[in-house]
Amino acid sequence: MEVLSAVAAWFTDPAHWQGEDGIPIRVLEHVQLSGSAVAIAVCIALPAGLYLGHTGRGGFVAINIANLGRALPSLALIALGLVASIALGLGLGFWPTLFALVPLALPPILTNTFIAVRAVDRDTVEAARGMGLRESQILRQVELPLALPLILGGVRTASVNVVATATLGALVAGGALGRYIVDGLALQEYDRLLAGAILVALLAVLTEAGFGILARKARYSGNAVE
Amino acid sequence: MTPGEPLIRWDWIVSHLDEVVLRLGEHLLLTGIAVSVGFVIAFALALLSLRWPWTYGPATWTTGVLYTIPSLALFALLIPFTGLTLLTAEIGLVGYTLLILLRNIVGGIRSVPADATEAATGMGYTAWQTLWRVQLPLALPVIIAGLRVATITTIGLVTVTALIGQGGLGYFILLGIQRFFSTPLLLGAFLSVALAVAADGLLVLAQRALTPWTRVRS
Repeated sequence: MEVLSAVAAWFTDPAHWQGEDGIPIRVLEHVQLSGSAVAIAVCIALPAGLYLGHTGRGGFVAINIANLGRALPSLALIALGLVASIALGLGLGFWPTLFALVPLALPPILTNTFIAVRAVDRDTVEAARGMGLRESQILRQVELPLALPLILGGVRTASVNVVATATLGALVAGGALGRYIVDGLALQEYDRLLAGAILVALLAVLTEAGFGILARKARYSGNAVE
Repeated sequence: MTPGEPLIRWDWIVSHLDEVVLRLGEHLLLTGIAVSVGFVIAFALALLSLRWPWTYGPATWTTGVLYTIPSLALFALLIPFTGLTLLTAEIGLVGYTLLILLRNIVGGIRSVPADATEAATGMGYTAWQTLWRVQLPLALPVIIAGLRVATITTIGLVTVTALIGQGGLGYFILLGIQRFFSTPLLLGAFLSVALAVAADGLLVLAQRALTPWTRVRS
């Protein structure tokens, strides 16, 4: 109970709401970092998944890449991101974390997009073709809208993973909410540690819930591959 | 990562082989405990859900929230109460396996054709016998699929437990990050991926051995 009142005191201390290490800045850093990673991953994986799904090619790769992605531990990704960032002369902090987060976000989006497009009723696609739609029109006007709920499921899985792993960016001198946890651990300041954990957990749950609402709006039907 | 230093110094690995074996053992132990305890709990929850279907919703909701909370945050939430201990690591790791295992056990059993269970009932099997002799064997492929995902995920998560002083292959990765030394970093990353691939392969072999009838089809 002592710990809990210490955490409450930490949250109500106005000093923790201002400046570089304040809660608003740390939340913003976390959202920026995660948002950039997911946005980049969508730009790569969505067109690739749509193309593979439309043509029906590369299914084996598209599906197995998700399993491969799961086998890559998040801490290892951060470490590899660090090696890449140093090699490219981009230093510590934002870049190594971003390098780790993009490959983490790619597999669920690619796999879900592929499965979603393949799951579109072939009769519907044939009907569109019969009506004289070009292949690119079929993709954009028929397959994409029908596949959208499942694709969003993939983006949701990716986003939740990214928000979680962005926490580890603090290990390579990144900002974001992981700072509180890593510093709290190092300094044995349990109020800061716990506060950071609560903030990260809240952000992850909110991300999951936010996409849940979005998916329902896109007429969510069926289950996402995780 | 320092200029002039090779990406991998093989001599460092050779001179630290004892430690590699030690960390690999820790990693396997942490994973083994988490997946087996997780399986027992998920199995109990699954039996509960099959007996009283209304419990399935709350069970998946709770395990789903557990699954969503980032691993480092979950460990951090536990530390003030259980300290930098094996218990903290295992509570977190077990927590992550539950949703996947529960879903697959319940899903697998529910997907058993009604004909099979009715035939068992017709032959005079009790509900318990039907479960053990008909439903579980037929659900095995789906259950093992869940075990595969849970095991791979856990092997990845165990690397994070190095942060709370529980060793495992994450120790090498952290060492590499802290000392800016790419050799242990790449070694830790490579070994944890290799371990995940090996464990997955073993489970596939186990499934083939346990469910020979699935190979006849297709």
